[in-house]
Amino acid sequence: MAGFAPKTGAEGTGYTRIVGPLLLPTWAMIGIFLVLPVALMAVYSFLTKEFRGGVIWDFTTAAYDQFFVTRGLFGDEPAAIEWTYIGIFWRSIWQAGVATLVCLIVGFPTAWFIATRPPASRQLWLFLITIPYWVNLLIRTVSLKFLIRDNGPLNESLMGLGLIDGPLPLVNTNLAVQLGLFYSYLPFMVLPIYAAVERYNFALSEAAADLYASRWVTLREIVLPVVRPGIIAGCILVFVPSLGAFLAPDLLGGAKTFMIGSLIEEQFKGSQGNWPFGAACAMILMTLVMIVLIAYARQQSRAEGG
Amino acid sequence: MNVSVDIRQVVKRYGTVTALHGVSMAIGENEFFTLLGPSGCGKTTLLRCIAGFEDVSGGEIRLHGQNIAALEPNHRPVNTVFQQYALFPHMTVRDNVAFGLKMKGMGLAERNARAGKMLEMVHLSAFADRLPAQLSGGQQQRVALARALAPEPKVLLLDEPLSALDLKLRQAMRVELKQLQETTGITFIFVTHDQEEALTMSDRIAVMSQGHVQQIGTARDIYEAPVNRFVADFIGETNLLPVTVESVAQGVAAVTLPGGHRITCAAAGMAPGPHHVSIRPERLSIVPTGGDLDVVVERVVYLGSDLQLLTRLDSGAALHLRMQNSARGQVPAPGTRIGLQLEEGAARLLAD
Repeated sequence: MAGFAPKTGAEGTGYTRIVGPLLLPTWAMIGIFLVLPVALMAVYSFLTKEFRGGVIWDFTTAAYDQFFVTRGLFGDEPAAIEWTYIGIFWRSIWQAGVATLVCLIVGFPTAWFIATRPPASRQLWLFLITIPYWVNLLIRTVSLKFLIRDNGPLNESLMGLGLIDGPLPLVNTNLAVQLGLFYSYLPFMVLPIYAAVERYNFALSEAAADLYASRWVTLREIVLPVVRPGIIAGCILVFVPSLGAFLAPDLLGGAKTFMIGSLIEEQFKGSQGNWPFGAACAMILMTLVMIVLIAYARQQSRAEGG
Repeated sequence: MNVSVDIRQVVKRYGTVTALHGVSMAIGENEFFTLLGPSGCGKTTLLRCIAGFEDVSGGEIRLHGQNIAALEPNHRPVNTVFQQYALFPHMTVRDNVAFGLKMKGMGLAERNARAGKMLEMVHLSAFADRLPAQLSGGQQQRVALARALAPEPKVLLLDEPLSALDLKLRQAMRVELKQLQETTGITFIFVTHDQEEALTMSDRIAVMSQGHVQQIGTARDIYEAPVNRFVADFIGETNLLPVTVESVAQGVAAVTLPGGHRITCAAAGMAPGPHHVSIRPERLSIVPTGGDLDVVVERVVYLGSDLQLLTRLDSGAALHLRMQNSARGQVPAPGTRIGLQLEEGAARLLAD
């Protein structure tokens, strides 16, 4: 890895003279699409809100205050912790966590299955996994809602078979949101695990069996630790977008399953919006995600170093 | 000989392809037994059948009298040294070596002590806390060996364990492996396509080809008394000459060489007619007159300690021979006609 990194400190060598300018597009990309938007959001979160959307250029911490602190309905009570938004965050984290777990439980065997097929048919299986992604997420989510609503095909056929008497109340439940998240992000779990399993050396499993390990012990002690980077990558790729998702909670969950994504979206929509508060929510969400990722990166580098 | 592994009529089929056609052999206790053959001959398949990674399609594999063909690999008291070592990349060298002991339920202190001893035996004590990726190929090879020997298997299976090493290391490991086998007293079943490896280490060798056992014997047996053309050709260098068997009487055949000269050969149950003889290049010598074969020298190849002479018979058949690179012998120039004398018993009559 280090072999391709330009040497720092050795200024003026021919290598760095060439590589320096070549890196400009990369820095431009990072600057325009990462640093600038985040900086903008950070600044906005400290501005004063304008009614009907927009901001007034007066610096204040009101948005963060609104998130964390309550002073009663009329603002005349002593300051206390505001649990409303923390509650929404907590529910979102929980929902995203469950979605990640379900994706892992379904995604790992799926990835394993694909990676252990003959090389020619693997491409076909991967293709099949990605087919739903040719359709817009909004359309897929709305379709899912039609499928599971009270007089939708699922309930109708179950009732037609006489398995249930009345329609299962699926829409506007946590279960529906879970289904939406699972359906939206499953491939993000399957693909990185597939990549890890495909590189897995099956002689390791044979070696474990040769050394008296049962299949279960082999899975636990050898397979899972070796393909762990793929599993963690998959979990991050499912957890992070699930945490910020607003389509599935909005369309399938309704008001009862309000999640961070919907909360933020609402702040930027129409005249009811509050841009600084939306920006503050986004900053808090990003900070949370960063903490998780940094903790992972640290743990990873420690595992590799030791 | 106490039989350790008894392989009886083992058949292995993959769909319509048959990898092993009823292979049988009895491997003795404490024996260094080698399965030798070109790639695709079935030697690795047979090893994997013994280890349990492949189910046999027919026949029996008996380990000290018990048929183990139905046992899962983790229930067989045999351990394997894999071709690419298959060390667990996320475990230290010590944990790798202790893995089999842990699976057998040995306590932490005890298994670490034993792993330490195994690492001492392969001269890797200083590397116990490293990860496999931090070791050289030769060191990884020795870890794989220590890991497979730690649970004290009855039989150690080695699948071309030296093929990934460079020549010098390979030669050193041959000696180490042989010593290890002698000190531990464990039966070694060693798979290789490298005949030199097989000849230098083995007590006995089974030469395999296309799913059949061609010959089983000591290194001397298979080199000096190959039973058929395949063995003669595969083991060492040889000249295969078409000859005519004139008559066979009391196990001795009268044979006409190309060029008309007559010799006698040992012949076991062979009918008169066209056959082949195998003549090792080092068992031919140059004579001024009255040789068994007349040839024209085409090339002289310098090999260091030896010279190789590439010659051709009048019949067009090629014949090569070796002579020591000493000042005493006169080296014939290309184009000269020379006579060749066969050593006593050098021509070995082969069944086809």
